Amino acid sequence: MAVRASLAAAVVLLAMSLLVVRLVRLQVHQHEHYSVLSRDNRVKVQPVPPTRGLIYDARGILLADNHPSFSLEITVEKVEDLPATIEALSTMIPGDGKDLARFERLKRQRVRFEGVPLRSNLTPEEVARFSVDSYRFPGVGVRAELIRTYPKGVLTAHVLGYVGRINAEEMTRIDVSDYAGTHFIGKGGVEKAHEDALHGHVGYQQVEVNARGRVLRTLESKAPVPGRDLHLFLDAGLQQAANDALGDNRGAVVAIDPRTGGVLAMVSKPGFDPNPFVEGITQADYHALLYSPDKPLFDRAVRGQYPPGSTVKPFVGLAGLASGVVDARKTKYCPGFFQLPGQSHRYRCWRRGGHGSVALEQAVVQSCDVYFYDLAYRMGIERLQGFLGEFGFGARTGIDVAGELGGLVPSREWKERTRKQPWYPGETLIVGIGQGAFLATPLQLAAATAALANRGRFIQPRVVRAYQVPGSPEIEELPARAHPVEVGDPHHWDQVIRAMTEVVEGARGTAKRIQTSAYRIAGKTGTAQVFSVGQKESYNAARLNKEMHDHALFIAFAPVEDPRIAVAVIVENGGHGGAVAAPVARQVMDARLGGGSLLAREETADGD
Amino acid sequence: MAIRLPVRSLGSDQNETESRLLTRLHLDAPLMIGLLILCGFGLLVLYSASNQDLGSVRRQLVRLGIAFGFMIALAQVHPARLRSWSPPVYGLGVLMLVAVLLFGDVGKGAQRWLDLGFMRFQPSEILKLAVPMMVAWLLAARPLPPSLLRVLGAAVLTLIPMLLIAKQPDLGTAILVAAAGAAALFIGGLSWRLILAIAVGAAAAAPMLWYGMRDYQRQRVLTFLDPESDPLGSGYHIIQSQIAIGSGGLFGKGWLNGTQSHLEFLPERHTDFILAVVGEELGLAGILALLMLYLFLIYRGLVIAANASDAYGRILAGALSLVFFVYVFVNTGMVTGLLPVVGVPLPLVSYGGTSVVTLMAGFGLMMSIQTHRKALQF
Repeated sequence: MAVRASLAAAVVLLAMSLLVVRLVRLQVHQHEHYSVLSRDNRVKVQPVPPTRGLIYDARGILLADNHPSFSLEITVEKVEDLPATIEALSTMIPGDGKDLARFERLKRQRVRFEGVPLRSNLTPEEVARFSVDSYRFPGVGVRAELIRTYPKGVLTAHVLGYVGRINAEEMTRIDVSDYAGTHFIGKGGVEKAHEDALHGHVGYQQVEVNARGRVLRTLESKAPVPGRDLHLFLDAGLQQAANDALGDNRGAVVAIDPRTGGVLAMVSKPGFDPNPFVEGITQADYHALLYSPDKPLFDRAVRGQYPPGSTVKPFVGLAGLASGVVDARKTKYCPGFFQLPGQSHRYRCWRRGGHGSVALEQAVVQSCDVYFYDLAYRMGIERLQGFLGEFGFGARTGIDVAGELGGLVPSREWKERTRKQPWYPGETLIVGIGQGAFLATPLQLAAATAALANRGRFIQPRVVRAYQVPGSPEIEELPARAHPVEVGDPHHWDQVIRAMTEVVEGARGTAKRIQTSAYRIAGKTGTAQVFSVGQKESYNAARLNKEMHDHALFIAFAPVEDPRIAVAVIVENGGHGGAVAAPVARQVMDARLGGGSLLAREETADGD
Repeated sequence: MAIRLPVRSLGSDQNETESRLLTRLHLDAPLMIGLLILCGFGLLVLYSASNQDLGSVRRQLVRLGIAFGFMIALAQVHPARLRSWSPPVYGLGVLMLVAVLLFGDVGKGAQRWLDLGFMRFQPSEILKLAVPMMVAWLLAARPLPPSLLRVLGAAVLTLIPMLLIAKQPDLGTAILVAAAGAAALFIGGLSWRLILAIAVGAAAAAPMLWYGMRDYQRQRVLTFLDPESDPLGSGYHIIQSQIAIGSGGLFGKGWLNGTQSHLEFLPERHTDFILAVVGEELGLAGILALLMLYLFLIYRGLVIAANASDAYGRILAGALSLVFFVYVFVNTGMVTGLLPVVGVPLPLVSYGGTSVVTLMAGFGLMMSIQTHRKALQF
């Protein structure tokens, strides 16, 4: 069949001649025509960027806005002598060193043939001054654009994130044609998680330009599709209350509406002002934030992974009930320590003298470690880890805030994989009281508490309630994603919730100081060890640096009968959960539910 | 019009004068030299098209290096072994296409990538080689010309991966895979009566195809028929690339001096539309030189097919050469406005990694078929 190969060669030659004919037509016969077209390629297609969607809180308060601004931009690739150009521009429109430093930094990160801003927020006079002389500066232009502003500033910085200029790395991840003309992109938080909805789609206009590139008229255009507005569950008033409640402490508060999974407030302190980030923060200011020991850029609410301490006891207790390892009526004797069979090591209870005989309810109320050591030991790490996973521990919740971390529920498999060591039974005990390698984010604690308040309906937490096309009355509610947590007998919920109610409402509760007559609260205090105490030593707060103090934790929901808010609070190095974190939660719940002033009580609570 | 390819009797002394190193490495000197010149030319054009970005050139150079490695490795494999590999390679390729549809990553609105954890790749690339291998395997199992049943079998083996790829959707690659199967059938001696029947059938099926197309694919066909109808969208590509090529004239505006290309009027100028940069900067002379290089490689591939010692080698080498030709023709046709815009790169010149490796691997197969010929005699 060699003939066929020859035939194929003939076909190839024929096709190629066709191509050559076409090329000769283009490049010889029509050369003049195309040369003219090329010389004054008058018709340009310009992208028209969509307007970014706005962000509103639950009551319609604007949290992210766009305001028009003029900036002076240099397309570095089109400028022959960059230093001279900058020099000349500087005499015409004076700026300061910060502008220049920012320009240098953005220039390094730029996308080729994209303008880099030299000056922002030009006044109308400055725009006019430049326009008169613009012919002297090829490659330099004034751009009118909408700049993102965050009216609430630091208050919503972590949860909303912020937008910033698209850098070369982000350029590889986006649909470049859809972002033609768009200069900003969500860099974190809700702005990043909902980037697609907020951005919209690019439009085009075909314009006729003169030899210098000035637009003479628009020939045709296709309007952009504006980004959708977001309506949040977040309530700016509650956010403010949570922010105030934390005071000057480092820490985080997450409040969730158990009925919807909607995040009502999410605060991480200290915070930062997102507004300077939009147009490019100066290197010095950025470094000051980045290297501050208080880590203001770090979103503790979704990225802070802390040992949950005793706040996991209600969940561990439920695990015991659900698996049949414990019976709520049966007691366990606490002598102040727990020993594994055949071992001498004493796993201590926080109360050295012991709690005596305690059943589940008192074990939760008094936070008896021995009861939960015993429970965890008998349940085993596999079952415990599996049940805690149902409540969202050990994995990202999938909230629509970018950058979330998943915490960790340690397991045999995890330890063998990461530390190449076998699992020791003692580690199971430590997981049972929320210490050791066990880590959870404040968001995870709040979501788990909301699921408990719901008696087992775990709803994936979310910040955005709905999308709205600007100008349209229609509101697109986003669906909730939920799964049930099975505990066998529904009475198990009552038993644990009753215990948590005693923590606040009972006479011996560790958080009784936050009692209010306005509504009933169910909660659990916790203390996360930052510094481990040796077998024979005792913890003496006065002798340790503040950085070594325990983290104070508190989870709660209210009203007990019809929960409308679930809260998780962590105060870094705050000490006891009942003393420091619980009052923060109470203030947040008051703001939501309306309550009397915090009852002034003498410090009577003992334990964590 | 018929062309006589130089068919040598087996065992001629043509290899005597060739370098011993090339012989030992099982490399075909004409192909090797042609490919090296083509890649060098491509890098020079890329340097200009990427606005003199050495980083892009370096990355492309690394890809080409890897691709040459693949070619050399495949050239070592005896055609008899290639033949026995054909069914498993084909089966694996189709399985991966199914996996892509089920679990693949979505990039730019199409689902083409498979993430293996350590790397991502496009399984559809494998099919560009696996389909001609499989069809050659099927047809070469019995004396040629093939029976009607075998032709139908070959058609089915081509259509399955083609439809899977078209569904991703990746029209460009689907066309290349279909071309590979068709080329293998043609070289394998498909009867003229059937060729005529298929041509008539295809003409009848064209309206059906129109309804099966996605919106953006239809848009491309419409735009092709009348570029001015959509000057903002895909018509923009065609208009601007024709301005670039046409304004280049006989000898072009000079390397690095294309105004269309550098003033951002030309989209995709370093990938699918890189030929427009050649046309603008190096003129008709530059494009013709490039086309001569391509023609030389295709011609050499067909000579290898004509001289192949068995039907499998002949069909495979012929089909691979013709696929290479389809690559060249579809891309150049698209850039010059002869054909609608389909995402097919200019082989070994366009910036981008996936197709380079497959193309060079194809040349590796041809070299294997050519250089293991003598050994078969003994």
